[in-house]
Amino acid sequence: WIVVEASSQVLGRFNRARAARLTLPHFLCETPLFMPVGTQGTIKGLTTNQLEDIGCQIILGNTYHLALRPTSELIDEFGGLHKFMNWPRALLTDSGGFQMVSLLHLADITEEGVTFQSPVDGKPMLLTPEESIQIQNRIGADIIMALDDVVKTTITGPRIEEAMYRTLRWIDRCIAAHKRPKEQNLFGIVQGGLDPVLRDICVQGLVERNLPGYAIGGLAGGEDKDSFWRVVAQCTASLPESKPRYVMGVGYPLDIVVCSALGADMYDCVYPTRTARFGTALVPEGVLKLKHQAMADDTRPIDSTCECMVCKNYTRAYLHCLVTKDAMGSQLLSYHNLYYMMQLSRNLHSSIIEGTFPKFVCDFLKNMFPEGDVPEWVCNAMEVAGIDISSCCTPLNSKLEVYTSSG
Amino acid sequence: MPPSKEIETTNMKFAVKTWCKSGRARVGLLQFKTTTIETPALLLTTRKGLPAFISPDHLSFLPSPDSRLLQFSPMHFMEGPNLKTISNIGGVHQLLGLQGYGFVAVPRDSILSLPECYSSNKNGASFETPCGRFLVKPLEYIKMISSMKPDLWVSLADEVPASVTAKRNKASVDRTITWLDDCISLKPKDAALFGSIVGGCSVEERKRCAQEVAKRNVSGYYIGGFGLGDSIDERSTFLHAVTDSLPKEKPRQVCGLGLPEEVLQGIAAGIDLFDSTYIYHLTLEGFALVFPLNGMCKHDVSDPQLCAMASDYTKINLKATIYRKDASRIVDGCMCYTCQNHTKAYINHLLNVHEMLAQILLEIHNTHHYLSFFRLIREAITEGKFEEFRQKFIQNRRGHLFVASLTASELETSLR
Ligand SMILES: [Zn+2]
Ligand SMILES: [Zn+2]
Repeated sequence: WIVVEASSQVLGRFNRARAARLTLPHFLCETPLFMPVGTQGTIKGLTTNQLEDIGCQIILGNTYHLALRPTSELIDEFGGLHKFMNWPRALLTDSGGFQMVSLLHLADITEEGVTFQSPVDGKPMLLTPEESIQIQNRIGADIIMALDDVVKTTITGPRIEEAMYRTLRWIDRCIAAHKRPKEQNLFGIVQGGLDPVLRDICVQGLVERNLPGYAIGGLAGGEDKDSFWRVVAQCTASLPESKPRYVMGVGYPLDIVVCSALGADMYDCVYPTRTARFGTALVPEGVLKLKHQAMADDTRPIDSTCECMVCKNYTRAYLHCLVTKDAMGSQLLSYHNLYYMMQLSRNLHSSIIEGTFPKFVCDFLKNMFPEGDVPEWVCNAMEVAGIDISSCCTPLNSKLEVYTSSG
Repeated sequence: MPPSKEIETTNMKFAVKTWCKSGRARVGLLQFKTTTIETPALLLTTRKGLPAFISPDHLSFLPSPDSRLLQFSPMHFMEGPNLKTISNIGGVHQLLGLQGYGFVAVPRDSILSLPECYSSNKNGASFETPCGRFLVKPLEYIKMISSMKPDLWVSLADEVPASVTAKRNKASVDRTITWLDDCISLKPKDAALFGSIVGGCSVEERKRCAQEVAKRNVSGYYIGGFGLGDSIDERSTFLHAVTDSLPKEKPRQVCGLGLPEEVLQGIAAGIDLFDSTYIYHLTLEGFALVFPLNGMCKHDVSDPQLCAMASDYTKINLKATIYRKDASRIVDGCMCYTCQNHTKAYINHLLNVHEMLAQILLEIHNTHHYLSFFRLIREAITEGKFEEFRQKFIQNRRGHLFVASLTASELETSLR
């Protein structure tokens, strides 16, 4: 194929929000965009043909899982993950570090790398930044992620500082190890917990390395929402305009709208497909639990405004009898949920370009909070983003009442 | 009741186009309001109206109109939606968003609705389903049919396994005929009704049932009670006893015959319609059908490579480690979505990591392959070469099994 490096061309803007064209070796993407997670070289229950129909632009593979099975060497023999799974559009792989720390109890991080017990034979293994990049070079995704020192956001103190500086030291080892910089774009990850000073040092350090793109890491880990958006706002404000910004692990529709208003471009999360397997559909009002008895004889589609194959053909009543019992239930709900996420991405993109972004945000919030009870953190974030959402919030005094009565 | 010559109901037409000169096999045309298909045909077995893993968008990529007959059991909907809701939605065609498809309602399938003969009584038939055991009376069954509005439905039968006593077997014939009369007197206007024929492993009872059902005003016949402990070797006797007692111009459906040899046996006995339960079970276990479709004799049975490929001539198990690096397609030249897009190695990986896409891709290929097998059979009958075709298939498989047995130990190690 024609080799193209990541480049982000901003097509439209509303204050901090941007709609851009992201050029990757395998696909010309439009941002803001959501990336579904295909851990083991497949999005659970969907064919690649369906993923194209739905409008997925980039899908994510998990390096840790792929390295275990079928192994990166085998993927390499097949000419990379694109060919192995027959996905013509863009791919992104993570570094594998986060998966190890979150899945394996015995993972331990030292200056050399992440030590862990092999899930195959129990022997101690080491994942270094060099090795993570080497594996990702073999898998061949359009975007690869630097190995970072992952710390839970809820942890405080010197460990956060150590992790941030280590992440900066490791980025140089990642850059040095990267063998395919013309075909694969290495993104650096901003760490630093909830500390603005540490985040700032990390952003500056990474920007000096002039990477093709930047991710905001260490979020979506149980921190409070006010801290979450403030970190995103701080990082997007100081990251370069011309490079894509990826908020890792973020995937609730509300979070995506807020982060996009603050100037972020890319998101990933297992939520839409995982929640589908448990029988939950994403709708403009929030979520629809299809297992609920009220759905048993409901002859409406999941979402009457949705244009997807599932909403055009199936009633809630039929889906109610499938979900959590038949494979088809999770296939159809995953299809709808990903379609919903792609439609959200498309709407963000087009409303920013057309200059109707504030209206889009207000309509989104009105659907989700018909009582006007938009959470305080959203209001705060929108103020910083310069989006007037007063039309969808209850007036201040009645809002105060709500707060006092609910505690 | 006088014998009926009527073969056309408001909803269904059937005409035999070609008769096999020396045998009972035939090629026919089965016409429904929305679709017309050639027989012998494969009905796609479903869970709640959709194939287990093939979503409606992929269903439309399968050969058409061959894939346009879907079989379901009304018992799949015991836990809902309730009948009034299904009726409000407009019946199964609307419920499943498949207006151009023909739906066939059969009380029993071999997956989600199994006959439970020891709980059946003179009032109704009992079925074991994932949501419990249900006794279904003819009146209730007809209410389900009226709400679901299939194109074709099969009368309630008291299906018994091969192991029951002669007395129980006789009772099952009596009940099945009584229930058929109930179904006829209560039947909804439009749908075509197939009369169920049972009789277990008794030629006399099989004949008696077939003769009684043949006297009734039905659009066709459903031959039940197979695949419940009977053996393939004695089956032809029972099938012939039944089909010889039935009028030649009406369609015949059978249950419980799945393997390619069984399908060929059924067609040789004059059966027109089969279900695809076999495909479902293959798919769940990681098997892919691979028997050659272009010229059955082309295949060299002593090909050592095929033998080493965890194959038994008809199918391969893609879980086997020999496929780990196999960049080839399941079947070279197969036009199905799976073979057009994916390698054996990728499916082997999906099976290894227990990803649902493995079953989706396998069900697509296996269904496509079996539909093509049926097309070849129809062509063979039309060309007057059915018996030759059948013998060739069985010989190839026997020959292959012999050669394969020599490498059986290799095969086992590769499957572990
Ligand atoms: Zn939808
Ligand atoms: Zn195929």
